[in-house]
Amino acid sequence: MKGCAEKSKINELIRIFLVLMMMSFSFQVATAQEVEEQEVEEGESKTEYILHHIKDTHDWHFANIGHAHLTLPLPVILYSADRGLEIFSSNNFLDPETHEKVSHAGYTIDEHEHIVAEDPSRNVYDFSITKNVAMLFITVLVLIFIMFAVAKRYKNHPKAAPKGVASFFEPIIIFIRDEIAKPNIGPKYARFLPYLLTLFFFIWFGNLLGLLPGAANLTGNIAVTFVLAMITFLITNVNGNKEYWKHIFATPGVPKLLWLIIVPVEIIGIFTKPISLMVRLFVAITAGHIVILSLIGLAFIFNSYAMGVVSSVMVVFINIIEILVATIQAYVFTLFSSMYIGAAIAEHHHDEHHVDKALI
Amino acid sequence: MDLLIPSEGLIFWQLIGFLVLLFLLSKYAWKPILASLEERENSITEALEAAEVAKQEMKKLQAENEKILAEARLERDKMLKEALSTATMIKDEAREEASKIGQKMIDDARAVIINEKQAAMTELKNQVATLSLQVAEKLLRKDLSASTEQKGLVDRYIKDLQIN
Repeated sequence: MKGCAEKSKINELIRIFLVLMMMSFSFQVATAQEVEEQEVEEGESKTEYILHHIKDTHDWHFANIGHAHLTLPLPVILYSADRGLEIFSSNNFLDPETHEKVSHAGYTIDEHEHIVAEDPSRNVYDFSITKNVAMLFITVLVLIFIMFAVAKRYKNHPKAAPKGVASFFEPIIIFIRDEIAKPNIGPKYARFLPYLLTLFFFIWFGNLLGLLPGAANLTGNIAVTFVLAMITFLITNVNGNKEYWKHIFATPGVPKLLWLIIVPVEIIGIFTKPISLMVRLFVAITAGHIVILSLIGLAFIFNSYAMGVVSSVMVVFINIIEILVATIQAYVFTLFSSMYIGAAIAEHHHDEHHVDKALI
Repeated sequence: MDLLIPSEGLIFWQLIGFLVLLFLLSKYAWKPILASLEERENSITEALEAAEVAKQEMKKLQAENEKILAEARLERDKMLKEALSTATMIKDEAREEASKIGQKMIDDARAVIINEKQAAMTELKNQVATLSLQVAEKLLRKDLSASTEQKGLVDRYIKDLQIN
């Protein structure tokens, strides 16, 4: 029975893996087309092209087929003190004939894809549903859809062995509970477990969905990782106990004179932890995308079929690594978050207490 | 948009999106999943513990049974032994009684025989005396002069009889 379940689990993994492989292949084909078109039409340099793919945009551009642009226009939502809320389609910024950027309602999109007011005295806040926001919604919906399906199984058969999609996710959930939350946070782990689970699955799904063809680089965006790191930062410091703050502002076991150095270092340490979380995920995912796009770009720089074959093989290889990285980064982010939370709420036992107890 | 500068719009949406996800998943996914995982784990642990307890109980019961059996065996042996000794005793007693009774009977019989013999002797003596007297009478009728001689003869006869 157990062997059978394991076998089906492995089969499922292989299936998912194959699907992802196929997707990465089509991704490569699609982007290859884009590269060609863009080079012919705009003569854009490869660096710009790659960065364009990694960065956030106000419309979702999938491919150019011939001269037709396959683009999903997204809603632009702007707020300014004088005009209030403005909502219109990102299509308005594109000339329907030439596909050049045009201004609309007193706003233009600059070379960094920022929406700026033409009147420099006006201050505008951009809450547009950009490509990454759309991707975020997709990720959230996919997660809700899958996890609700998993939860349904548990609600209907609370004591039965997991089946179907639940059997795929149960080991992961148990792994996060038993290998990440419990050892790093300690007995109070249950309070933080929903956050850690959500964090892990959000990052994991975001990373994997980001590898799909035409998908946005959601978890490779610093705003996204910033928010995640900030939530961990808030949870850590809001729950930090007396010991935690004592270790920062009056580090025990250190001569008082050294506090002049150690306390500032500890204070900096509060902030370097979330910053490292933020940067690590952003860099790992962005770098992976850049590597894949660069390898595809190579074929067009050398303009040879042989190079195309070589870079395709390389891209497949890197994509496999990226699937691994997607999982590792989700694991690492969750692991470090739980370690920071664990350090903040841990009940420290100093040696002198043990001595006291021993003497008593 | 710039690579390294987070845009406020995405921060806003990411915050909302993630918090909504956190809320929904916590309430409708993680809660039932974790609860049922725990429930299942607890029930497995409990079942294992119950099995262990049952095993111990079984062992205890078995040991008890064995003890009872051993005790019963001991009791049986004891009872058997007792019964045997009782039986022997009863037999001995019976035998003793029987021999006592037999002895008594023999003694009685002997006493009776002696009595009877005595009685018979006395009877015989009387008879003999009477017979002697009758004989003497007849003799006397014939010859009384020689009575002394005759009496001595008679006595001799009687003595002879007594020996017999």
